[in-house]
Amino acid sequence: MGTLTQEIPAPTVTTDVDLTTTSVRELNAALHAEPEGSTAAYRVVHPAGRHAVAVGLDRPVTVTVEGHVGYYAAGMNQHATVEVHGNAGVGVAENMMSGRVHVHGDASQSAGATAHGGLLVVDGNAAARCGISMKGVDIVVGGNVGHMSGFMAQAGRMVVCGDAGDALGDSIYEARIYVQGTVASLGADCVAKEMRPEHLAEVTDLLAAAGRDDDPAAFTRYGSARTLYNFHVDNASAY
Amino acid sequence: MTDATPADFAAQGLRESATFDRTTIAAIQHAARTGIYDIRGGGAKRKLPHFDDLLFLGASMSRYPLEGYRERCDTDVVLGARNAKFPLHLSTPVTIAGMSFGALSGRAKEALGRGASEVGTSTTTGDGGMTDEERGHSKHLVYQYLPSRYGMNPDHLRAADAIEVVLGQGAKPGGGGMLLGQKITERVAGMRTLPVGVDQRSACRHPDWTGPDDLAIKIGELREITDWEKPVYVKVGASRPYYDVKLAVKAGADVVVVDGMQGGTAATQDVFIEHVGIPTLAAIPEAVRALQEMGVHREVQLIVSGGVRNGADLAKCMALGADAVAIGTAALIALGDNDPALDAEYRKIGSAAGYYDDWQAGQDPAGITTQDPELQQRFDPEVGGRRLANYLRVMTMEAQIIARACGKAHLQHLEPEDLVALTIEAAAMTRLPLAGTSWIPGQGS
Repeated sequence: MGTLTQEIPAPTVTTDVDLTTTSVRELNAALHAEPEGSTAAYRVVHPAGRHAVAVGLDRPVTVTVEGHVGYYAAGMNQHATVEVHGNAGVGVAENMMSGRVHVHGDASQSAGATAHGGLLVVDGNAAARCGISMKGVDIVVGGNVGHMSGFMAQAGRMVVCGDAGDALGDSIYEARIYVQGTVASLGADCVAKEMRPEHLAEVTDLLAAAGRDDDPAAFTRYGSARTLYNFHVDNASAY
Repeated sequence: MTDATPADFAAQGLRESATFDRTTIAAIQHAARTGIYDIRGGGAKRKLPHFDDLLFLGASMSRYPLEGYRERCDTDVVLGARNAKFPLHLSTPVTIAGMSFGALSGRAKEALGRGASEVGTSTTTGDGGMTDEERGHSKHLVYQYLPSRYGMNPDHLRAADAIEVVLGQGAKPGGGGMLLGQKITERVAGMRTLPVGVDQRSACRHPDWTGPDDLAIKIGELREITDWEKPVYVKVGASRPYYDVKLAVKAGADVVVVDGMQGGTAATQDVFIEHVGIPTLAAIPEAVRALQEMGVHREVQLIVSGGVRNGADLAKCMALGADAVAIGTAALIALGDNDPALDAEYRKIGSAAGYYDDWQAGQDPAGITTQDPELQQRFDPEVGGRRLANYLRVMTMEAQIIARACGKAHLQHLEPEDLVALTIEAAAMTRLPLAGTSWIPGQGS
């Protein structure tokens, strides 16, 4: 799977952006205009729940947001590091390709939806459908995740340090989900699986990458039973 | 008995049930035998009110025609100027509808790009992402943003000329998709991040937004990611077009695509195709009414698809208020689908030329709806592209012939006043008078 850590050269200058006087459009345009390989640092204040903050980034820049963001913060991120010192609305880091997004508060539903790569860390809880249709991203949630998390999850790893809601991993494909706490219920075709040494190792790595000290041995692995991969009429009640 | 005709049976006193006719009996027997419903490609096959139920009036004493072949009748269309820095300017209002790499071979996608580009129109990706063949051969490429997000990639979003947020399609409004395992080769699987040979389900709802208020925020995000450069289309399957179009416009769409139930699919349950959604003819006036009431008709463009076959259909769509059409099934036929020369091969797989609709099965003798390497090689994308370009030119010229006869110097000048309806159903759906009368059902005498 993807690299968990990246070397980020320390930027020398930080650009302050106040979203009460600068529009999100201007912020994103400035971030998109950074030259290839830029490691510039931006500090964004007064986000006030605005949507689409720091989306479509394609440079190894660092964006630190002081406050809460609305929908789709850091959407489709590539290479960048985005830190949200607050809560994040729907679809944080949706379709992320690479880089790192760290929400220090809670995340709303569909966190990391369809994301292909990179690392999403949520220190608090993530609501429903966390990691829905994930396609290779790594997600570490410090708290709980809501119902239907990991729905149709195709690839990648999701580590839940708290509990998981109903229908975890419903219709899951090849993603791996690790839960430390309880699981309210498993979705269709999702089963608990043996924690082999390689799984223990990857949980250890993911927790370390997220800056957490939970005991990897306390986690249970969940994945696909692969019984629904090809339609069969005898499984009709499971669809 | 095998050569007996229905008349022979009637002579023997045998009577076929109108309710349980032979097709119905065969369907029940198939269900009982297999335990599975029929999945197929294409759109609704049942007879529906359609463009054939409309006629143009042509010029007469009270109207002044344009000289065919001499006086100009322009065909270009600009799509997406409402918000985008770079709207699409197409030479003909016939666009190529979204069809996925996976459902179609890479060579077929290339041919669609070649043909469309030759006549200055756009082609569209599909579920499964953007291929190099398609981008490389398409002057104007619309990138679909679908619930599955298979192959969704911001680099491709930036490389596209427009973005189409897909809520549904006419063959299955409210339904997701399924690409059967036999078409999931290593390349298709890789693009979709799934194992080879697995049935690939496409969700029916987007994973990170629900409803029109969320859609407005989603469109905002897509615009931010692409620096407000690209037109954003919203595509809906025709079921409640009046409300859907209004909500799409409110959510910020630059272009609305309405796909009627004759619109094709690569793989959907027959019961879904035939029983969900409304005909294209019924959808257009409702979509136009919504745009007019919002004061954005022609500012937000309307693209209509679902059963558009020729220049007359194109002209009728334009006259009803569309800005452009999209074709899928007709484009595949132009490429070589259902070619009579392949009849013997269609029969080997239980079909016949003119009937083949198992686009989901991956056995297409024409090499179009398949991922089989040998079958794909039968299809020459350069030849296919030329055939498509020929067909698009014919459609456009046919529409020009009609427009000139109606005295119109641009296809967009066609208007409802140029049309009448042949049937009461069509008159009621389109609010056009029944031919030879001034009667519009529901509007008094």
